Amino acid sequence: MDLPRYHRLRSAYYRLEGQRCPGCGDLHFPPRPSCSRCGHEELEPFRFCGRGEVFSYSVVAMAPKGFLAPYVVAMVELEEGVMVTAQLTDVEPEDVAIGLPVEMVTRRLQDAEDEGYIVYGYKFRPRLADGAWRQAS
Amino acid sequence: MTSDVFILGVGQTPVGEHWDSSLRQLGAAAIRAALDDARIDGADALYVGNMLGGCVNHQENVATLLADAAGLLPAEAWKVEAACASGGAAVRAAALAVAAGAFDVAVAVGIEKMTDAAGDAVAAGLATASDQDFEASHGLSFVALSALMMQRYMHETGQPREAFAPFAVNAHKNAADNPQAMFRSPITAEDFVRSPVVASPIGVLDAAPVCDGAAAVVVGSRRALEPHHRPIRIAASAAATDTIGLAARDDILTLGSAKHSAERAFETSGFRREEIDLFEAHDAFTIITAMSLESCGFVPRGEALQHAANGCFAPGGCTPVSTFGGLKARGHPVGASGTYQIVEASLQLRGEAGANQIAGARRAMTQSIGGHGSIAVTHMLEA
Repeated sequence: MDLPRYHRLRSAYYRLEGQRCPGCGDLHFPPRPSCSRCGHEELEPFRFCGRGEVFSYSVVAMAPKGFLAPYVVAMVELEEGVMVTAQLTDVEPEDVAIGLPVEMVTRRLQDAEDEGYIVYGYKFRPRLADGAWRQAS
Repeated sequence: MTSDVFILGVGQTPVGEHWDSSLRQLGAAAIRAALDDARIDGADALYVGNMLGGCVNHQENVATLLADAAGLLPAEAWKVEAACASGGAAVRAAALAVAAGAFDVAVAVGIEKMTDAAGDAVAAGLATASDQDFEASHGLSFVALSALMMQRYMHETGQPREAFAPFAVNAHKNAADNPQAMFRSPITAEDFVRSPVVASPIGVLDAAPVCDGAAAVVVGSRRALEPHHRPIRIAASAAATDTIGLAARDDILTLGSAKHSAERAFETSGFRREEIDLFEAHDAFTIITAMSLESCGFVPRGEALQHAANGCFAPGGCTPVSTFGGLKARGHPVGASGTYQIVEASLQLRGEAGANQIAGARRAMTQSIGGHGSIAVTHMLEA
């Protein structure tokens, strides 16, 4: 991914930051130039909580250039009701099912190729119980 | 169409892996074949449907390249890009130009030369039809996005993967008699179930192949009609869009672009669904055929597979689809497929479909879909 694009996407990629419409309250991810429901043009940044459930998924066996198969992609329905497409991580493909509770983590999206930098962004993993990460560490 | 527009000639190259032919050779061959079929020497306008020229062939300005190669200089020429719907969009561009009175004759050609790059590079090129920032860059391939729809469809309808088999079996059966088709060997439902997974639940035999091909049509006004022509009237041409990101759709199991373009095409043509003698659907994946049939109102949402099991979409059924093999078995040279559909539908309406002939075909519908349903172009044709 070219650096200008990566720089521009940092809020969405690192913080799952989308938008809230001050006009109608609609939430958006990814960010858009105007509200798709009411047309309002001054949308406010809104950080999604990162928790949701798998709405649909696929195990990719033949990967496009830049990715290494197999990996799992999913459409995740966030608690706020908005859908996000992303990779799943820290899970075996056979353990994925529609309805699986997941949470956002920051992971490597693309390796350093010609650019010399690694692209990081959101993926989703099976949700740990509250505090489970402390017990694990 | 506000004024009458006709298809006066059609041409196509065989679909396959053309290692010895380039973008320009395939495109020029289809254009010359369509002009020969129409017995017209040249045209003042050329509209080229092509998706991957830039990223796979490293060739932009494709329309000028083909106008030159086909001997059409100094005709107006440019490329129409609408992902996998480019071939349908190019025909619409030609039809609009003729309907507007700008030209009496215009040529539309769909062309794709996919085998110039390795498979993973082609997959990356196809993924550029999705949202690059929020889908492709996260590893959501062209196949994976359709797989998300199929997985959800199976979840909501309770249908197993094998229930999608009739679409692929029908396509391969019909391609057996099409000399232009890439895959001319029939497959069984067992072959379908056993085929290797590309992106679960989509297997190799759900999916249309990567390949090369070009198809062209000569579009003309009433003034361009000659006694020797067997004109096919373009009764409607309509295009519509939906969200580029799959996640932003209210219902990922309805193809909004297919629905809206079909509704407009039915309204403009005055055709009723039961009057459609054949439907060249965009069967890039079995799930897309099912959703196209449902979104266009041929069957209710979630019921396409039951109808497929009853033979509804095979020759002799209520709405035959993929009558020459479709994208699945004739092949899917992406930017050309929409034009192939119109060439094939025209041959059906001219009664020149040979062993694939749908008896007494008078009205045909074609639908070219791109970007996992973000764009669709629908045409209604009449003998």
